[in-house]
Amino acid sequence: MNTELGELEELYQEVILDHSRRPRNFGELPDASVKVHGDNPSCGDEIHLAIKFDGNGGLEQIKFTGHGCAISQASASLMTMKLKGKKRAEVEEMLHAFHDLVTTENNHAPKNLGDLQVMRGVRKFPQRVKCAMLPWRAVEQALRQSEGESTVSTEEPEFG
Amino acid sequence: MHKAVKSQVDWTALREDFPILRERVNGHPLIYFDSAASSQKPASVLDVVRNYYEHENANVHRGLHALSARATEHYEKSRQRVADFIGAKSADEIIFTRGTTESINLVAQTWGPKFLRAGDVILLTEMEHHSNLVPWQLLSERIGAQLRFVPVRDDGTLALEKFSSLLTPEVKLFAFTHVSNSLGTINPVAELCAKAKNIGAATLVDAAQSIGHMPVNVQEIGCDFLAFSGHKMCAPTGIGALYGRFDVLDAMPPYQGGGEMIVSVTLEKSTFKKPPQRFEAGTPSIAGAIGLGAAVDYLEGIGRGEIFKHDVDLTQYALERMKEVPGLRVLGTAKEHAGAISFVMDAAHPHDLTTFADRYGLAMRGGHHCNQPLMRRFGVTGSTRASFYLYNTREEIDRMVEILQKAANFFK
Repeated sequence: MNTELGELEELYQEVILDHSRRPRNFGELPDASVKVHGDNPSCGDEIHLAIKFDGNGGLEQIKFTGHGCAISQASASLMTMKLKGKKRAEVEEMLHAFHDLVTTENNHAPKNLGDLQVMRGVRKFPQRVKCAMLPWRAVEQALRQSEGESTVSTEEPEFG
Repeated sequence: MHKAVKSQVDWTALREDFPILRERVNGHPLIYFDSAASSQKPASVLDVVRNYYEHENANVHRGLHALSARATEHYEKSRQRVADFIGAKSADEIIFTRGTTESINLVAQTWGPKFLRAGDVILLTEMEHHSNLVPWQLLSERIGAQLRFVPVRDDGTLALEKFSSLLTPEVKLFAFTHVSNSLGTINPVAELCAKAKNIGAATLVDAAQSIGHMPVNVQEIGCDFLAFSGHKMCAPTGIGALYGRFDVLDAMPPYQGGGEMIVSVTLEKSTFKKPPQRFEAGTPSIAGAIGLGAAVDYLEGIGRGEIFKHDVDLTQYALERMKEVPGLRVLGTAKEHAGAISFVMDAAHPHDLTTFADRYGLAMRGGHHCNQPLMRRFGVTGSTRASFYLYNTREEIDRMVEILQKAANFFK
């Protein structure tokens, strides 16, 4: 097998393609505590994330809608499966661990990531890191505000 | 199937002029289908730039020594070559800029505030690149002018039946593209300029996508301004030009202030040179301008008429062959179609597709192509674009179709 095809197949593992075709936790969450709209202006990808926090700030429910490339959609789908029912501190820890997974050459992937480790192929494609991080940026914002609605972007905040 | 057009030019041998085409990408020969973003450079252009730095490098217009004289002579010869290339009446009608974007901003920042008033209308089209949209948005906010847009039809052509009703006496400027950078549509540029001129509106043509691909003559087009970049026509990056009819340029205030554009300076006040120097403050991209002159020579040696036929041949061949790819839809099917094809595929998002193709050495552009309003017009957030130039071949298109078929299968 060619190396380049190897890297492609590592990026687009069957699990990732499956999640992009049939995203899990896809849909509205009417009683959401927080809604965050994540945009990637460079390609127009959008993730609309809805989270319901429990009394202790944990993620009781998490769902998303939106459209975009296979990487952003699969990342969102896998993320929601992983984060549902997690405590706030665990979510923060995973956010950092996932960022490391897709950006650093460190071969010791954080153990607590479990299924999310299928996303590690992204590190070989630096231009695609934004796609993988888009739903996580939205979660990061959700943790900051704990209620209401807001927008985050993969780009710097705009002026004007 | 579209028949190959007989040509005087040996297109395969010509590939030897472009050293970068020997590159391998991810273990495959490079197939460069992104010339609408930036073209590759022939050795003759690279040699001239290197020769300048090795034998002529000095500042222009201000040194009395031998090297400055050589640099100045070469720089000004390039200006004359560019003037001849587009049919300008004089080299004084050519202002060197960083590229199309700066050329358009120059007009928006100098001509705009002087000649436009609150309530005036700037007419644009829905297919403009952001570089021929955002400068006018900034200007209109500043002076209270209005923007108006010629709509785009489903086939990617301008809705000319709406043109007369849009072209009212309030329109003081009509700025539009010669060739759409994403759809490849060629606009009837002379006809549109004539209509605008009839009501007294000034005209600016964005020639970024046409200048290196087909004959472009400002007398035949009849425009007041024409903007283009060097890097899309085989020249280095960081150089481009603005053509302006001399009487129009002469009535415009300076753009940036600084050295080289002044006649005399006191602590309180300055007087300014005639065009084009009035608009070229500071040390210009001398090597860039000289490289642009060499690129003009290179393209003239082949003939833009020949290059256009070659582009069209590749485009028609590609459009025909792309029908074989399942779930592929081309955006913009204008009959007058230059060498850029925008498409979407059911199975794969443009970013997934371009990542996939890149692994096979095929360079295409995926995204909105600085055309967000146009993409919205076609109900997509982005597309994949394959764009062709003189060094591309039918064999490369065959290979592209093979890769697109693989992708359709991979992502399905």
